[in-house]
Amino acid sequence: MQFPIYLDYSSTTPVDPRVAAKMAECLTLEGNFGNPASRSHKIGWKAEEAVEHARKQVADLINCDPREIVWTSGATESDNLAIKGAAHFYSKKGKHIITSKIEHKAVLDSCRQLEREGFEVTYLDPDKNGIISPAAVAAAIRPDTILVSLMHVNNEIGVINDIEAISKITREHKVIFHVDAAQSTGKVEIDLEKMQVDLMSLTAHKTYGPKGIGALFVRRKPRVRIEPQMHGGGHERGMRSGTLATHQIVGMGEAYHLAMTEMAEDNARVLKLRNRLLDGLKDMEEVYVNGDLDHRVAGNLNISFNFVEGESLMMALRNLAVSSGSACTSASLEPSYVLRAIGLNDELAHSSLRMTIGRFTTEEEIDYTIEKVREAVEKLRELSPLWDMFKDGVDISKVQWAAH
Amino acid sequence: MAYSDKVIDHYENPRNVGKMDDSDLNVGTGMVGAPACGDVMRLQIKVNDAGIIEDAKFKTYGCGSAIASSSLLTEWVKGRSLEEATAIKNSDIAEELGLPPVKIHCSVLAEDAIKAAIADVQSKRGA
Repeated sequence: MQFPIYLDYSSTTPVDPRVAAKMAECLTLEGNFGNPASRSHKIGWKAEEAVEHARKQVADLINCDPREIVWTSGATESDNLAIKGAAHFYSKKGKHIITSKIEHKAVLDSCRQLEREGFEVTYLDPDKNGIISPAAVAAAIRPDTILVSLMHVNNEIGVINDIEAISKITREHKVIFHVDAAQSTGKVEIDLEKMQVDLMSLTAHKTYGPKGIGALFVRRKPRVRIEPQMHGGGHERGMRSGTLATHQIVGMGEAYHLAMTEMAEDNARVLKLRNRLLDGLKDMEEVYVNGDLDHRVAGNLNISFNFVEGESLMMALRNLAVSSGSACTSASLEPSYVLRAIGLNDELAHSSLRMTIGRFTTEEEIDYTIEKVREAVEKLRELSPLWDMFKDGVDISKVQWAAH
Repeated sequence: MAYSDKVIDHYENPRNVGKMDDSDLNVGTGMVGAPACGDVMRLQIKVNDAGIIEDAKFKTYGCGSAIASSSLLTEWVKGRSLEEATAIKNSDIAEELGLPPVKIHCSVLAEDAIKAAIADVQSKRGA
């Protein structure tokens, strides 16, 4: 085994070696290094051909037309372009936007910026399992609503929203629907013939492609308009200027092609490992899985070990690369806003661990993880005054604590 | 976050972990922090008739720096008088452990804990 064991696939994935090989072919003098926008010579045409091939590969994974794909630098840029771009274009129709409290910061902060510009934003509450119900979206739509932005799969708890059902509502009300699919490509089937989504953010680096490349799907029928955020040479039909990074784009295309051909196999293997991990931990006392277990991507386990603080737990698990919803892992000293929004109390939010499994995780690594997590939780509970109190039958929620 | 060697040492080999009998009049208990904030420290001291801290125990729910701060404090207060223990400052703890600014509150909590334990034993003894 190689240490630390990587269990943070929702943060980023390693590039698949098959992807890296394709990318390496697009860099040097002997390779496909040209500027895809060079129309005057063969080297430019060859680069353009590679970019268009990749565009088709990305479109195939989500079942759309390649002409609906706009290359960006990643999901953060796609979210900014979609939300600010659509809001600015349609602002004469209305100034109301709907999103949820558990979106990625790229969505929430884009919405905050629009609020400063005079837009009004409704932040929907998820249910206790972390899911945004279509009914909640329908209830929030007003005559002046122009945009709904929701994630397909949540990055912290891995739960899956019913995008197809929500898209029927937004389409019926003629409201633009943007979906952040950064966490769902290669994990959940995306069919844009069935999902009446107007804008969809995509990224390569969570699906075994490189960092620094993503895309925005912009529907052509019915046509969706956005105001560009990056001005320049008019690349990508004017929606996103900037020289196309051939090697990055080729990497994203190949990664999505592999995701499409291997999704079923990958998911089955990853789910087996996730269940093995959960089975190895769930018999411990005071252990809680956060978020819906059924409507969830295969690789995500977000679990709280009551009376143990997340950062100290990660310190004990230095051979594991995992993440926590504990305040101490963030600069803000606030526990995870996602876990708070699904109703976890502060203690359980501080006690959470997110372990995400992927293509290269092995059974041996999972067994080692189970052993180390159990050891660490037991050790830290021996150190925990809260565990003492729990064992003495004290109800910790009834104790008067002095907040500091 | 990178931890100093001293924080790691206290975290891996915490000194004086345990619990004393709170009904003993010579035992003072300081419980500070709140679960909602991510750290709770329980520091206990046993004081002899001469006013010297004979023994100290702790348990801490919190990050590695909070555990290390309380562990270090139990080492420091043993053998000291109550007056000397009162004089320990959070900045001494932070400096000894090399805590970064974002973790200074852990050392503040440890100072609060020893002060609370001393106040407890003094009130028990009717001092």
